[in-house]
Order: sequence, then C-alpha cells, then structure tokens
Amino acid sequence: MRSFLLLFLLLQFTLQAKTIEVCASCKVNTIKEAVDIAVDGDTILIRKGVYKEHKININRAIHIIGEGRPVIDGEGKTESIFAIKADGFSISGLKLINVGMSYTKEIAGFFVSHSTNFFIKDNLLDQVFYGFILQRVKYGVIQNNMITGKAVNETSAGNGIHLWKCNNVRIEQNSITGMRDGIYFEFVSKSHISDNKSFKNIRYGLHFMFSNNDEYHHNEFRNNGAGVAVMYSKFIKMHHNTFHFNWGSASYGLLLKEINDAEIENNIFEQNTIGINIDGCNRINYRNNHFIRNGWALRFTGGCYANIFEFNNFMNNALDLSYNSRLNDNKFEGNYWSEYSGYDLDKNGIGDVPFRPVKLFSYVVNKTPEAIVLLRSLFVDIINFSEKVSPVFTPDNLVDPKPLMKEIKM
Amino acid sequence: MFKILKYSFFDLMRSRWSYVYFAFYLVLGFVLLFLNNDVDKAIITLLNIIIVLTPLIGTIFGVMYYYNSKEFTELLLAQPIKRSKIFMGQYLGISISLTLSMILGLGIPFVAYGLFRSAAIFNFSLLLLVGAFLNFIFVALAFNIALSNENKIKGFGFAILMWLFLAVIYDGVFLISLVFLNEYPLDKFSLIATMFNPIDLSRILILLKLDISALLGYTGAVFKNFFGTNMGLLTSLGILMLWVIIPVWRINRKLRKKDF
Repeated sequence: MRSFLLLFLLLQFTLQAKTIEVCASCKVNTIKEAVDIAVDGDTILIRKGVYKEHKININRAIHIIGEGRPVIDGEGKTESIFAIKADGFSISGLKLINVGMSYTKEIAGFFVSHSTNFFIKDNLLDQVFYGFILQRVKYGVIQNNMITGKAVNETSAGNGIHLWKCNNVRIEQNSITGMRDGIYFEFVSKSHISDNKSFKNIRYGLHFMFSNNDEYHHNEFRNNGAGVAVMYSKFIKMHHNTFHFNWGSASYGLLLKEINDAEIENNIFEQNTIGINIDGCNRINYRNNHFIRNGWALRFTGGCYANIFEFNNFMNNALDLSYNSRLNDNKFEGNYWSEYSGYDLDKNGIGDVPFRPVKLFSYVVNKTPEAIVLLRSLFVDIINFSEKVSPVFTPDNLVDPKPLMKEIKM
Repeated sequence: MFKILKYSFFDLMRSRWSYVYFAFYLVLGFVLLFLNNDVDKAIITLLNIIIVLTPLIGTIFGVMYYYNSKEFTELLLAQPIKRSKIFMGQYLGISISLTLSMILGLGIPFVAYGLFRSAAIFNFSLLLLVGAFLNFIFVALAFNIALSNENKIKGFGFAILMWLFLAVIYDGVFLISLVFLNEYPLDKFSLIATMFNPIDLSRILILLKLDISALLGYTGAVFKNFFGTNMGLLTSLGILMLWVIIPVWRINRKLRKKDF
C-alpha cells in the first residue's frame, strides 16, 4: 500500500502538468496561442475579458477553464469557435457568442469530432448557429450549459445540441431555447439525456432519428413548435419527462414514428394539442403517465400492435383517444379516465362497467376534421351516448375492462 | 316604457320561478365547484349547461309570460301608450330578470371559490356575457312565435321545436352535411354555418378561449385566422348582437299590423 502511494506521488511530480494563463495583459493573450503551446494534460486558465477568436483547433488532452466567464466572440464568422478532435479534454466556464450562419457548412460553438472521454460544462452559448455538434464521439458529457438563440425559420437555424453517430454520451442539466431543434440525435446509441430544459424552440424540443438503446428522463419540454419527435428507433426508455404547452395547429407533446420496444413511464403530458401521436409503433409499454387537458390525449395513425397502456391518468382531455381503424391489438387496462361514469358496487376501486375510450365523435373527426367545430355540442353528446350503448363504428374490443375509480396520484 | 319594464321586472322578480331559476344556478355553481374544486374545469362543464339550458329556459319563459299576461297586456293596450313601448318593456323585463338570475346564481359561488384570484375570470365573464346574449335572443324569438300564434298550444309547440332545432337538429344536419361533403373544402362552409345558429356561435366563442383553439387550427387556417383573433371575437359578438336586433325588430314590425 505504502509503495503504491509513493509511486503515485512520484508520478505526480514527474508528470506535473503546467497551467497557462490567458488574459489581455498576460504573456499569452490569445486562446489560440495558448492552445498551440499546451501539451497533453495542461490547463489553460482564461481570465475575464472579451476574446475575438474563432477556429480554435484543439487536438490534445487539455483542460480549458474560464474564470469570471470570459467571452469568446465569433464575430459572426462562418467558422466554429472550437473545433476539437482530442481524447480526454475538458472545457468549462466560457461564454461563446455570435457564431455565423451558413446554409452549406455545419458551424457550432463547440464542434467535437472523433473524440472520447471529454467533459464540457457550465458554458453559456448565445446567438450561435449550432450550439454543440458532436460527430463520431464516445463517452462524453455535456453538462449544465445554457444555449440561447433567435431562430426565425427552420432553414436558417441550427440545433442546440446536435449528435451524429455517437455512443455513450450524457447530456445533462442543459437549458436550450430559441434554436431549431433543442437536442438532435441521429445514429446515437446507449446515451442518456437527463434533467434538461428545452423550450420555445421553433421545431422540436428533442428529435431522435435512427437512434437505439437510449434513455431520456427528467427533462422538461415546453412551448416548442412541434413538441418532441422520436422516429425510427428501438429500445428507447422515456420516463419522468414533462411535455407541456405544445399548443398549435401542428403540435404534439410527443410524436412516435416507427418506434418499437420502448418504455414510456411516469411522464406528464399537459395541455398539448396532441398528447402522444402514435404512428406505426409496436410493443411499447405506457405506464403511469398523466394526460391532462390535451386536445387529444392519444392519437393513433398507422398500424400499431401489441402496445400496452396500464395505470395511466386521462384527465379532462377534449378527446381521450382517436383511433384510425376498426381493429385493435392494443391493450388498455387499469387506467383512470375522468370521463368514466360507471360504478363500483364491490368497492374494490375498479369500475364494474368497462370503459370505451374511443367516442363516435373522435371517429367522425378523424374522417372529417372540420367536424371539430361541433365539439361539446348537445347533438354530439347524444350520438356519443348511443355509440357507447351499442358500438357500430368504433372498434368493439377497444375497451378498458378495469377502469380505475380514482385517479392515480403523481 | 320604463314604467312597464319596471312593472314586469318586479312582477317577475316576485314570481316563484325567478327564485327557482336563481336557486338552480346557485346550487349548480356550488356543486360543480365542490366536485371539481378548480374554477377552470368548472367553466367547461358550465358551458355545456349554459348553451343548452339558457335558451330552453328563455324560450319557455318568454312564451309563458306572453300568454299569461295577455289580459293585462290587452288592458294596457286600451291606454294611450305606444304598442312598441308596452312590448319592449315586457321583453326587457323578462330578459333582464332571467339574466340577473343567471349572473347572480353563478356569480356568487364562483366569487366565493376565489374567482377573482384565478386567471379564469376572463373566460367566466365571457361565459356570462354569452349566457346573457342567449337569454335576450331566445326571449325575443319566443315573443316572435307567441305573437304569430294566437293558439297557446301551438305557440308552445313551435317554441319548443325552435329550441330543439337550434340546440340539436341543426348540429345533426350540420354534421351529416360535413361528412357527406367530405371531398370538398369545408372550412368556409362550416364557418358560415356556425353563424346561422346562436347556440353554435356561443359554444365556439367560449371553446376558443378554453380548449378548442389549437384543435381548430389543426383543421385549417380559415378557422384559426378568423376565430383566433380579437377581430373574430368582436365579429362573433357582433353577430350575436344581430341575433338580438333582428327578432326585436320583427316584433315591432309585427306589432304595428297586429289586430288584438
């Protein structure tokens, strides 16, 4: 044990890394210069000030620390501020502003490619085209960054955190607003997205494409142009997220397209035009989710098979369920439906009469969208009632045989 | 006119039915809030009740009052008072007393449950405004029917039929035509179709402020552009106003020629 300690101390002395200070009056007064003279393991300490620099190439394992939040101004040039291709680096405490926009190049505050084992945290990014672009990276952490933009339209805007062909990346506690997509994943696997806030982005709060075995939890997605989209992915876990106020003509809390074998648990969907839009998704378990005051809580389009909905709360949605076919292979059991009007004579907490979540009106609206103007009309109540008594148009096996009498507490 | 308004107003205020109506709304308001405990949600439930019940009560009260006070009216007609003044006095008397019952009956429980501290106050006042409009519209329509039919039973029959038509059948025909004409662009058609029914118009006016706005946007830009703006709100209120003015104008025209 003692010899180990000695060896460790010895290593400490021989491998002592140096610290390079950068400030306006220091010997080294640009970050580029500091990066050029640094070797593996060195620390660059950037003092408070404004540095008008871009295209800072990092290809060694160095640690950049900003003190008093120095500002790096990209001056709207069409180059990334940091272009990084290194293993084991870290960057923290900076403020990056003014990254230029380009229709042909991918330009970001931090452009990281072919890297492993890195840590980027506590940075502010303002008026950046892309915040982070990560390409072919592994084992990285993006933590506690704040990205703000002023995106106007989809074509001229970039994403907050953009990942392409990565694995084992963690995206934690970031706040992203005013970008095109808050967080974008394409061909990313085994990664975690947690505790982020993504709001007021013009397209999606979070966008998944062709990414398998990922997990996102405890995030908040609010007021995004079209909500959150998860497409063409397998084995995704989504839990403890909040999707709210995605309210607009083409908005949803969550869009699932061609998703298989996912777990969706303990999420809150509140006041979205469509809570979850489910398009061609199979074998997904929905448990303990809360659907509160959405236009449609669930909207099925395309064939969906073997999905299970258990112990969810459906409260005060204009329409609980919209279903596109007369065949049903999905299971609804033990949910709480605020529209349920049955009774419970044996007092076991489960309603004695099955509940039919698909109303005739939602079937009609599916066929003729304009009919929505008749929502909450007396006539609609009457036809819904008659359909409930003897289903003709809606799938007759789409029932919740054990509806709960009391809502599930969050 | 004001003297007659005062007489019929106080006559109605003394009548049992105003109290029953007031008590009904009072109980309804308290029960709704007790069950929901959330002003916002209670408003949605209340909407369903107001758009069905207010027109019904307005219609029945209007017809009933006209036939019941016919002898008194005939007595008044013998006096040197203008016909329009007599009938406008009666019309306003009923409408105002019904509206007052509704506003007080619903207002008291909602205020007691903290309406002023809630953000729903605008929605709630819009609901009451629409309810008041419906009262004025349906009492006027009922007067029209009663004036045109000397036969009491026939008058009642027509009045109920009118309510049934506007509250239920109209929507049914509307829905069927929407489904039937599925292949055509329907947003303008449905926009105009709602204008011809005060119940539909008031329902949409409230729903826009509550939960339908985004759902409407889903179907087409025409709705969103029309109903989603303040201009839409003002236009809708204007059309409701027309729904009051036209029947009232017809009452006056009818009066001039009617032989009592």
